[in-house]
Amino acid sequence: MAETGKKDVAATPNVSEVHVSDASTTQEVEAVLDAPVERGEPILQVRNLVKHFPLTQGILFKKQVGAVKAVDGVSFDLYQGETLGIVGESGCGKSTVAKLLMTLETATSGEVFYKGQDITKLSGRALKAVRRNIQMVFQDPYTSLNPRMTVGDIIGEPFEIHPEVAPKGDRRKRVQELLDVVGLNPEYINRYPHQFSGGQRQRIGIARGLALNPEIIICDEPVSALDVSVQAQVINLMEKLQDEFNLSYVFIAHDLSIVRHISDRVGVMYLGKMAEIGTDAEIYDHPTHPYTQALLSAVPVPDPDARERRERIILTGDVPSPANPPSGCRFRTRCWKAQDKCAEEVPLLAVPQVFVGKSTPAAHESACHFAEEKDVVGAA
Amino acid sequence: MTVTEKTANAPEPGTDGDKKAPLLEVRDLHVEFHTREGVAKAVNGVNYTVDAGETLAVLGESGSGKSVTAQAIMGILDMPPGKIPQGQILFRGQDMLTMSADERRKIRGRKIAMIFQDALSSLNPVLSVGYQLGEMYRVHQGLSKKEAKAKAIELMDRVRIPAAKQRVDDYPHQFSGGMRQRIMIAMALALEPDLIIADEPTTALDVTVQAQVMDLLAELQQEYNMGLILITHDLGVVADVADKIAVMYAGRIVETAPVHELYKRPAHPYTKGLLDSIPRLDQKGQELYAIKGLPPNLLRIPAGCAFNPRCPMAQETCGVDVPVLHQVTERDGTELAGRGSACHFWKETIHG
Repeated sequence: MAETGKKDVAATPNVSEVHVSDASTTQEVEAVLDAPVERGEPILQVRNLVKHFPLTQGILFKKQVGAVKAVDGVSFDLYQGETLGIVGESGCGKSTVAKLLMTLETATSGEVFYKGQDITKLSGRALKAVRRNIQMVFQDPYTSLNPRMTVGDIIGEPFEIHPEVAPKGDRRKRVQELLDVVGLNPEYINRYPHQFSGGQRQRIGIARGLALNPEIIICDEPVSALDVSVQAQVINLMEKLQDEFNLSYVFIAHDLSIVRHISDRVGVMYLGKMAEIGTDAEIYDHPTHPYTQALLSAVPVPDPDARERRERIILTGDVPSPANPPSGCRFRTRCWKAQDKCAEEVPLLAVPQVFVGKSTPAAHESACHFAEEKDVVGAA
Repeated sequence: MTVTEKTANAPEPGTDGDKKAPLLEVRDLHVEFHTREGVAKAVNGVNYTVDAGETLAVLGESGSGKSVTAQAIMGILDMPPGKIPQGQILFRGQDMLTMSADERRKIRGRKIAMIFQDALSSLNPVLSVGYQLGEMYRVHQGLSKKEAKAKAIELMDRVRIPAAKQRVDDYPHQFSGGMRQRIMIAMALALEPDLIIADEPTTALDVTVQAQVMDLLAELQQEYNMGLILITHDLGVVADVADKIAVMYAGRIVETAPVHELYKRPAHPYTKGLLDSIPRLDQKGQELYAIKGLPPNLLRIPAGCAFNPRCPMAQETCGVDVPVLHQVTERDGTELAGRGSACHFWKETIHG
């Protein structure tokens, strides 16, 4: 791989160094993008990603009166073959992150390195090559499939844009293979989406995501629209496919128990910022950020005996507007630990001072001035 | 059970009913929808009872008939295409299905109120929240606009909406999801009904807000000693608040049990499968158990036990005989109170 220059990422000390590739011509870039990544190496590195949606006033002479800070400085790494879960309440910016990773939205600032290439700056053929390797599975299987196209056309459409993946004569066979892979009858190729149930439709969406043999799949709430008994089927399918095709997932969801089940690492977002990030055991069993603790304690556990034992932290109020986020720590308006310092200083996403150098699971990155461990799930 | 007169108006239907009868009893309710493709049997013989102060959770997947049952109780089914070919819905011993529309209207809202799932689409976007809350008092109690507004503010305070006085003239879109759901709850509470039906009250909400709303609902229920029917698909929410549970599948109740019992020892393979298929926060397993197949099409419900094509325990008899709701007993034959399972092999399911 062509990699030389190293980029300094001082602001976010806990992510690995980015090896920026020096490929300049389109051919070189494409070669870099086609190169395989070893398992356990970072494949996607996100640095200080920012997306502000401008708020304008006036019709003819638009002037910007503010901005919705949907994503405001998010950094994380995705390693080859792993699943990174991103959780958070609605409006915290997790879906915007997904769109930025897909370059469906242009980032206001910040970088997304895919194999050392900053994809926010790519265009033309190089960007097309990136998009081939990063695919998406959408939330709502009812609206993300065109009702006027047959299943074969839907799954085969990516091949029209990237004809090099499957030659024309081969496509139908390839689509049938894909249907088989996701557990649908290959004979359904000529049916329309309305002839399928929700779970089956989501399988079609997954098949479409797999069509181009991508390396990364970004799943934006892939099971939240499905029934419980069908959810488990889809989750199992996704885990099976990950092993089979060596995929890396970014798994965005608001259901904390599903995220825990499927993820190797979990990032918790709040109002456009990452509040805490770590392995699933670190986040779920040793959360140090008060928001994570509140979020976990609010999850209803399907065990009536646990309802007396469990300590519940009930937050007051709602998430503030991202157009006008609180100063300092964004969670302070709902936090029971908030002090003056929280209003003045923005806490950095780093291993909290108290845990630095200690080898406890609590020593993971948490953006809180007063981070302390608290077991809220009561697993142990 | 005490029944207090809440309004000074003349006798209302319901209060003169049988005082010993349960608050609400649904008997052998059937609901079907006549569509172009055929008759969809949404509810096929549902029985349950709710007493004052009790929380019954009706658990089921989409299409299991849980919401249709609730709509039939409220009398807000679209008829046609809906039809109730048989069954009784007894409110304090009086069959609501045989009442006149006028009598039912007196019960609806005043005695039985409903909280809907999607607060944004259930509230009228062009009327202020205060006006919509006050409507309950204006229509049912004939209060003046001014009095109704004062009552609306009082209600908003009660469901803990901050700065109720300033916000009473706001419109639904100016409230957040959690606040809108509180307004829905306030509206249901307005006339202090005896029974509240909450249809997926927290499904559209985030977990932190869901916890707030469920807490509020439980608190108010206790305060007014109301019966509550909680319709949901979330096994976690049920475990947190319910007293007893009825699990529905393809328009039938397949299992009933007190909440602690159900989670410990399910007596129906469907319930068992559901419980095994949810990932748990406090346990990280390898592969999730998944119930194979799909929920049945209501136009073509499988013969015999509707669950048999998906059931791991299915035998020949399951495809022929419709199982009745068997009384579940211990190994030695002692009856377990309130437990029933509509499975031919409930013994094998519960006792292994």
